[in-house]
Amino acid sequence: MDRVKGGDFPLLRIVSITKIFGGLKALDEVSFTISTGEITGIIGPNGAGKTTLFNIVTGIYSPTSGKVFYEGKDITGFPPEKLAGLSMVRTFQGIELFGRMTVLENVMVGLHTKSRSGIIASAFKLPGHVREERRIREKASSWLEFAGLADLANTEAANLPFGKGRLLEIARAMAIEPHIILMDEPAAGLNSRETSDLADLIKKIKDSGITVALVEHDMDLVMEICDRIVVLNLGHKLAEGSPREIQEDEKVITAYLGED
Amino acid sequence: MKQELLKFFLFTALICIAPVFIGKGYLINVFVFIGIYTILAVALNLLLGLAGQISLGQAAFFGLGAYISGVLTATHAVNPWLSMAIAVVTVGIIAFILGFPILKLKGHYLAMATLGMGIIVYIIFNETVDITGGPSGLSGIPHLSLGGIIFNSDLKNYYLVWFFAVTIILLSVNLAASRIGRALRAIHDSEVAARIMGVNARLLKVQIFSISAVISALAGSLYAHTVTFISPTSFGFNVSIELLTMVIIGGLGSIYGSFLGAAILTLLPEFFRTFQDYDIIVYGLTLIVITMFMPGGLVRGVPLLFRSLFKKEPMPQSNEKSG
Amino acid sequence: MDLSEDILQYILSGLSTGAIYAVIGLGFAIIYNSTSIINFAQGEFVMLGGMLTLFFHVTLFLSLPFSIFLAVLVATAVGALFERLAISPLKNADPLILVIITIGGSILIRGIAMLLWGKDTYVLPMFSGDEPIVLWGATLMPQNFWIFGITLIIIVANRLFFHHSIIGKAMRACSFNRVASSLVGINVKHTVLFSFAISSALGAAAGIIIAPLTMTSYDVGIMLGLKGFCAAIIGGMSGGIGTVAGGLIVGVLESLGAGLISSGYKDAIAFIILLLILFLRPQGLFVKGDTERV
Repeated sequence: MDRVKGGDFPLLRIVSITKIFGGLKALDEVSFTISTGEITGIIGPNGAGKTTLFNIVTGIYSPTSGKVFYEGKDITGFPPEKLAGLSMVRTFQGIELFGRMTVLENVMVGLHTKSRSGIIASAFKLPGHVREERRIREKASSWLEFAGLADLANTEAANLPFGKGRLLEIARAMAIEPHIILMDEPAAGLNSRETSDLADLIKKIKDSGITVALVEHDMDLVMEICDRIVVLNLGHKLAEGSPREIQEDEKVITAYLGED
Repeated sequence: MKQELLKFFLFTALICIAPVFIGKGYLINVFVFIGIYTILAVALNLLLGLAGQISLGQAAFFGLGAYISGVLTATHAVNPWLSMAIAVVTVGIIAFILGFPILKLKGHYLAMATLGMGIIVYIIFNETVDITGGPSGLSGIPHLSLGGIIFNSDLKNYYLVWFFAVTIILLSVNLAASRIGRALRAIHDSEVAARIMGVNARLLKVQIFSISAVISALAGSLYAHTVTFISPTSFGFNVSIELLTMVIIGGLGSIYGSFLGAAILTLLPEFFRTFQDYDIIVYGLTLIVITMFMPGGLVRGVPLLFRSLFKKEPMPQSNEKSG
Repeated sequence: MDLSEDILQYILSGLSTGAIYAVIGLGFAIIYNSTSIINFAQGEFVMLGGMLTLFFHVTLFLSLPFSIFLAVLVATAVGALFERLAISPLKNADPLILVIITIGGSILIRGIAMLLWGKDTYVLPMFSGDEPIVLWGATLMPQNFWIFGITLIIIVANRLFFHHSIIGKAMRACSFNRVASSLVGINVKHTVLFSFAISSALGAAAGIIIAPLTMTSYDVGIMLGLKGFCAAIIGGMSGGIGTVAGGLIVGVLESLGAGLISSGYKDAIAFIILLLILFLRPQGLFVKGDTERV
């Protein structure tokens, strides 16, 4: 069992996760804990297995062995749609937007788990459905306000500039009202102003009580906003600790070999 | 949306008064077929246009609906409406069961699998001569009747078929604009992101596949009772290809576009007598040209074209991942 | 005794058609490996092979060997043209669009064939006469031996090309990693073009050698294409021995089924196999040990 910062409730416990693809061992007995209300950064050189780990936690892959516990429940192998119902959400490294839908509609899909109209109710436009649609539209609009995208509501998502696309993905994820949001390289492709806006947004998210885990390469961003950092290298957990501890850790410095 | 409702009422009104302009002749009969193919095209559009799942086997469900209705009524004298219900429910169950393994496939594999399924069903129609009459077909299928009215004329069948068509159009438009419609489109654009948002992609795909099959079976049943004689050639995979072309012409995801596509492809052979010789070429060229240059189909492409012609703007090329 | 002779007959003729399916399947695999798309139109090149040969030989009175050569040439040109006009411009499009384009292409080619040659069925003359040869109680035509022989040559040539020639190895490299390939100087665009050309040629060849046995018409492409696709799937899209085995399996099972159970359902057998494989083992039957690609 890893040392957990005194008193914090472990929201997500990753226990001895191993993942083997064909002949390749992508993850080797990785264990750590993410505490509620914190921003945890997961860093490591390329090929360290960070995205694979995310994919396992969020149900896209099953681990070869090991378990994942979320809010005390064993969620190992749960499919993504089930995890959404448990208020877990993620964003993707190469943003996965619904390109042919408008910005507003993208966020409306984010409210899928907050609504219930089935096929019959929708086809026959039953009154409950109509009320729910109005509510979904309003809620989605307010999320766009939160993310600063309100003026782009009717733009087709594929036509968004990259930075706005990132924001949209986050706004859409927020619509689930998650307890935890896992972001895979959210700063990738952003310029320094956009990255600074992103940092503010992530802090805002943390302040609203949501736990954040992010895989990142942008060290400045990681050191600035993360409460705890986990370092992976070649599928192993290399180190874990506060940003200062990680910056001074010999093993980490060696692994990055001169990288900042 | 008030605009949608207006569009629908306008469309329905036009359909209702159209026979006045079409006259009593042969053309009314053609419009009955347009109605049937509209129903089929809408069914395919729900699956392909919304959810992005390609099916080249729709003719199989069309045929199953027709044959189950036909055999029950012609050979076993079951009440036609009851037969229709049985046909529709049976096809729905078959599609639901088949849907799970079939929709695990994507893209070309799904296309091939549905094509294979369609051909297998077609062969069954041809070979089970004792039940279906085989290649010689099945005749003596009774007309539908309701409260003393027997639907035995082109005009009456026109209103019968279009009643169903218009209802299905309304329900489909509602579905497309709803939470379910959005979930389906999300699956099309990024299945993994849709699942992350909580959409049960696997189940929803199977559900829409089944609904599409049910609607196609309904069209088959109506067809059987309208023409009173059916044979396997009406349900071969070339029909599935025609349906695909209709949906592409009208525009993927555009329900009214399906009507446009059905109308164009059904009317073309009427106005061009030699169309028979060229029909396959037309389908092939249409699929390629529209997909390459007008991916939104005529419903979206033509207004766009006019706008660019009259405003001297370049045509928006929306093929790269967003079209 | 009669039954075992019949079974041998079915198996041998099944091996013959199976060899054809294998060659068609190779065509599918080659394009799939260089572009990740399934060329729906593959079956139409099989049809073109037979129909064009007929046209050159019967209508233009050219000699059979020359007709065959021309037919393969024209089919290859059509394949290359299709790639240039319809595939290459769309390589970044939504996969659904590519599916529809290849479906459209197959229909278009079939439509043109129907326009040029009508809906009749034609018979191509056998390559070396029609004296049946009796082998262990089973009857084979000389054409069957042509099929076995030519198929074997094609399979060996295929293997030599893709594993021992520069161009072939470059094409395989592209199928493994496009970006890396273009970085080391391999012209990826040409690779795709070559793969279409080769597949069309293979398809045409398959169509030519089977045409004398099974008659040809404008719409033979659909069935043959689907069955060749089945062979390719069984082989895991590898284009190697797995595809050949796949073709033979489909051919033999189809033949046995038609002979022993019912001939009306003959075509259905291959498609049932197709569905079963797609449902249960879409990665093919030989994937475990078959790391061999094109």
